[in-house]
Amino acid sequence: MFARRAWIVLWKDLLTERRSKESLNALFFFAFLLLLLFEFALGPDRERLAAALPGLLWLGFVLAGLLGLGRTFLVERENDCWEGLVLTPGDKSAIYLGKLAGNFLLMLIVEVVLLALFGIFYNVDLWSALAPLSVVMILGTAGLAAVGTLFAAMTARVRARELLFPLLLLPVQVPVLLATVKATEAVLQGLPLAEVGQWLKLVAAADIIYLVVGLLTFEFILEA
Amino acid sequence: MTRDLSPPAPQHAVDIQGVRKAFGPNTVLDRVDLRVDAGEVLALLGANGSGKTTLLKILATLLRPSAGRGRVAGFDLAKDVESIRARVGLLAHGSYVYEDLTAAENLRFWATMAGLPADQASLQSALRAVELDQVAGERARTFSSGMKRRLALARILLGAPRLLLLDEPYAGLDQKGKKWIEEVMLDFKGKGGAVIVATHSFGRGLSVADRVAILSGGRIALDRARASLDLEELHRLYALSTENGA
Repeated sequence: MFARRAWIVLWKDLLTERRSKESLNALFFFAFLLLLLFEFALGPDRERLAAALPGLLWLGFVLAGLLGLGRTFLVERENDCWEGLVLTPGDKSAIYLGKLAGNFLLMLIVEVVLLALFGIFYNVDLWSALAPLSVVMILGTAGLAAVGTLFAAMTARVRARELLFPLLLLPVQVPVLLATVKATEAVLQGLPLAEVGQWLKLVAAADIIYLVVGLLTFEFILEA
Repeated sequence: MTRDLSPPAPQHAVDIQGVRKAFGPNTVLDRVDLRVDAGEVLALLGANGSGKTTLLKILATLLRPSAGRGRVAGFDLAKDVESIRARVGLLAHGSYVYEDLTAAENLRFWATMAGLPADQASLQSALRAVELDQVAGERARTFSSGMKRRLALARILLGAPRLLLLDEPYAGLDQKGKKWIEEVMLDFKGKGGAVIVATHSFGRGLSVADRVAILSGGRIALDRARASLDLEELHRLYALSTENGA
């Protein structure tokens, strides 16, 4: 029953996004804009680019994530669907899990496109580091999506949500960002994943903590 | 999977005493006592801002009362929130309709969320009951507000509730739609369900009501059997109470 409810929330969110394309269109445009800005800022200096690339990648992921995550619960405000979710009997954390899964998938899609554009724009060989980079991206995105979904729910019904959402999210994301940037840097230098094991463990631990906190507290946020 | 709604079978679908609700310094409901029996339709009349929606939201467990106690569908309002939610259907101002899903997809979503059967036959039957089966595959975005209201009603009836809470159910409906919703109420009442229909438009809902209550200034100003009131007297009392409550 729990899995069925989480699945139907994911199905609803993906179907809605596929039809409206509200988030994806905005995210792709935003990602493209970021690439252009980085290109102008860094110029053709390859060494500067190589040093800045891990940070730029995650800056792009986080900024695109902020934009996408902030919209997660807007669809629930239309026609008071939020109220309907409150009134459904049963464990509300299934709603959180479904929303989280939807956000995770959308963010991954945008990240894959952004990564490909980075490779093309800056003529960087990301292909050889793709497998370890994917592990870092999946772990980092899971943390961002877990805490982002929770804070998006928290701020969905407040007037200053555009201001509050990043203010709440970014400080909490610091350990994940720090670890993912460090791990990405090492992976892009050709080091094996084992070399960045401690950073990956940190991200994985943060992911688990964020997920558990989200599952335990979502009901109170929804009912507040 | 069918939800077990059998025990308990209360005589009173609603039985609340001394319910008070305040938002900060603003008291919206003040010592409200109300009882609605199974198989009864109560027309809850009141001007805008009289507290009708707040009362319905408390009965549906969307809001917690500041004071008072009561039972809804046989369950304690404070302790058995989940049990009440499984047995009460609220037609609120919002239709709870996702604009980018079709009518059938909307029903499928809400049925699954409520743990109800979401097979094609059940959904089609629910849509047929609200005369939306012909547009089952169309997106809700293309629907009129009346059609969204009927879709909301299909969602509610799919859950086989014991108590229907209808907040301004006639809004956005044409004459045919208004008559249709009264038929739904009568049918629901005939099956032993209780209905509270809250409206500010005098006259509507009275034809199917067994009792009439007037909410004024957050209090029940009148609660009488419909048969004991003639329309003129009721109109006079309604006008008087809304003036006093304002």
